[in-house]
Amino acid sequence: MDFSFTEEQTLLRNTVHSLLQDKYDFDTRRKVVKSAEGWRPEFWAQMAELGLLAAPFSEEMGGLGGGAIETMILMEEFGARMVVEPFLETVVVAGGFLREGGSAAQQEEFIPGIIGGESVWTFAYAEPQGRYNLADLKTTAKKDGAGYVLNGYKCVVIAAPWADKLIVSARTSGGQRDRDGISLFIVDKSATGVSTRDYATVDGRRASEITFENVKVDAAAMIGAEGGALPLIEKVTDQAIAALCAEAIGGMKKLNDATVEYCKTRKQFGVPIGKFQVLQHRMVDMFMAYEQSVSMTYMVSLKLDEDAAERARAAAGAKVQIGKAGRFIGQQAVQLHGGMGMTDELDVGHYFKRLTMIDTQFGNIDYQLRRYADAA
Amino acid sequence: MDMSFSPDDLAFRDEVKAFIADNYPAELKAKRARSEMTKDEILAWQRVLHKKGWVAPHWPKQYGGCEWSITQRFIWNEACAQAETTPLLPFGLAMVGPVIYTFGNEEQKAKFLPRILSGDDWWCQGYSEPGAGSDLASLKTRAVREGDHYIVNGHKIWTTLAQHADWIFCLVRTDPSAKAQEGISFLLIDMKTPGITVRPIITIDGSHEVNEVFLEDVKVPVENLIGEENKGWTYAKFLLGNERSGIAGVARSKKSIERLKTIAKAELIDGEPLMKTDEFSRKVAELEIDLTALEVTELRTLAAESHGRGPGPEASILKVKGTEIQQRITELTLEAVGNYGFVQAPLGDAANSNDFLAGPEYAPGVAQNYFNMRKTSIYGGSNEIQANIIAKMVLGL
Ligand SMILES: Cc1cc2nc3c(=O)[nH]c(=O)nc-3n(C[C@H](O)[C@H](O)[C@H](O)COP(=O)(O)OP(=O)(O)OC[C@H]3O[C@@H](n4cnc5c(N)ncnc54)[C@H](O)[C@@H]3O)c2cc1C
Repeated sequence: MDFSFTEEQTLLRNTVHSLLQDKYDFDTRRKVVKSAEGWRPEFWAQMAELGLLAAPFSEEMGGLGGGAIETMILMEEFGARMVVEPFLETVVVAGGFLREGGSAAQQEEFIPGIIGGESVWTFAYAEPQGRYNLADLKTTAKKDGAGYVLNGYKCVVIAAPWADKLIVSARTSGGQRDRDGISLFIVDKSATGVSTRDYATVDGRRASEITFENVKVDAAAMIGAEGGALPLIEKVTDQAIAALCAEAIGGMKKLNDATVEYCKTRKQFGVPIGKFQVLQHRMVDMFMAYEQSVSMTYMVSLKLDEDAAERARAAAGAKVQIGKAGRFIGQQAVQLHGGMGMTDELDVGHYFKRLTMIDTQFGNIDYQLRRYADAA
Repeated sequence: MDMSFSPDDLAFRDEVKAFIADNYPAELKAKRARSEMTKDEILAWQRVLHKKGWVAPHWPKQYGGCEWSITQRFIWNEACAQAETTPLLPFGLAMVGPVIYTFGNEEQKAKFLPRILSGDDWWCQGYSEPGAGSDLASLKTRAVREGDHYIVNGHKIWTTLAQHADWIFCLVRTDPSAKAQEGISFLLIDMKTPGITVRPIITIDGSHEVNEVFLEDVKVPVENLIGEENKGWTYAKFLLGNERSGIAGVARSKKSIERLKTIAKAELIDGEPLMKTDEFSRKVAELEIDLTALEVTELRTLAAESHGRGPGPEASILKVKGTEIQQRITELTLEAVGNYGFVQAPLGDAANSNDFLAGPEYAPGVAQNYFNMRKTSIYGGSNEIQANIIAKMVLGL
């Protein structure tokens, strides 16, 4: 049993921590969020330069040979600063698909672009009727000569406005919610027949609605075997869930620290409000919710390579914990800051919003509870 | 004991429903929130009601009110909520109006009450200060008497919709040597007076609802003092009691739950309506049960009030439970819309009729509404402060 970090891992944390301290204060983030682009390509390039985008890839793939713990460290630091750049989408999710299911040729062709920061990716999977069910797909890919033709609609594709490559889940056979018959395709966002409508999300990021109309893709663009992609999708989205949990604990810690600090300094009735026992107990509950979330984040990060059922239980359980704790901590941080907590000017509300949306990403509390119960 | 409507009540219900159906301004029907409305739009419904004489159901007739019974007011609130009419601004009608007709002199009544009813004067509430929120009595804004004027200096904050206001009612300190509650006076101040600056505060949902109001050597005629100098705390408490009960919002919550159900019927989970799933329908059922309890609690409180008792500290129950329910409805609505909860609806200056709004028409703004409604457990005396009041005044702890 050992929950300590290696020297390299501590070094990685220090590197990203000081980068963000220099380049990602709250005012800078606010400007980035409000800018036309909504993200900072030059910061992305800096992340690449420091090797952050290479962290979870093996050395043979040109990476630094890190794993889930390295991703956890990075995501926690990103969460603490509410970094909007698409590390989760590009490195964790798309990188995960290429790592876990990509052919040698695909890995060779695409991973260097991700590591080098030249290419931004995202995963287009959700459909309006499907809610969080990864298998509920109306988007189809029909065999057409040597390749496929894609038709369908993907909703709330986070980071798509910044992306040049999409990984798209589509049905090559089977009924709308069958586990079999799902395939994954690498699609150029600029391909003929792909059209996007971009918009801002409430947590400071950007997303697109994407229509695929007779989009032609080569057979070489398929990741894994035809019709057999769901287990791979589940594996990679569980990795994404672990990363989201890490992001969440980064934000929770910030909120708890800010709230305790505020309650020590804000005076009403002649005393710091932190002297009121009801608020003390509230902050103790927030602290306990955070510690339980850290535990679940470590747990899921250490279980990503277990068999599918064990992994699913770990990911679903962690996501439930994070969803509940994020809601409680977010709401109470605002509450204990009083009117100040409601202002756009303070960072507190922004962490609250991000934690709220983390619950929605890759399935909310109810969905993950069901999944946990089904996997048990 | 009797909870049923009399034939007269039923006739009254038909009458108000028909009136709303025939007279609610058509152009307001598409507006979701006040933050999307112009000043004229916010006031349009009040102007219609004013013409009809129905703008102040709870005011005495002699001042232009309806003196409706609690049952009639209940019916009226339900009918307005069902038709989703713009809520009337509380600052004049529910807050300062009753203070003026209860504690003001004849000139003040004649000058202010008609313009409150008509909406010609827009009022805002200048209580809170940066250093005086929950501990309102520690407020520092000073009013110094100089001849027939007060000279007011201070800094108010969180002033809702002050950007549109013609008048502000302020708590000011007139006797700095007295005990906190005893040196406070209740002053009416014309927002056009030189020395007043309004600075916007944007809230986490992106809307401009609250402001800071700076007062610098603002000259206020002494005839704008309500009641007696240094007795302002009494009037302020009277007003806060009214504010707390108004905050329960039962009828509006019923409508919001209806909306939530409509959404949950349209949203699918594995091909089935979300509303058909056990976990979701039970959460909605729990909410409805809590709301039913609150509704009857409110009716009990109002009935006691109409017999000359209250609104006592029991009003705090309405505030706490009412806001908790409102917050849970918005939370559950956000849950219901699933992935489309991410969509940010452009608000205020950023809004444009050509904006692309992703997802079903009910989705954009749902998250922002959830964020915005966190305010309800903070304002009007935070829910922690309400618990303190109940503990002290009701339980005697
Ligand atoms: C959207 C919005 C609109 C508003 N509109 C108006 C308006 O129009 N006019 C106006 O005058 N004011 C308005 N307010 C101000 C509102 O009344 C205050 O925010 C409220 O009184 C709380 O004060 P505060 O913000 O200073 O928080 P604080 O008083 O600093 O409270 C911070 C936290 O400490 C807790 N706390 C404080 N004292 C105690 C205690 N003794 N025991 C336990 N817990 C305690 C509070 O509950 C809260 O959680 C508005 C506020 C908001 C958010």
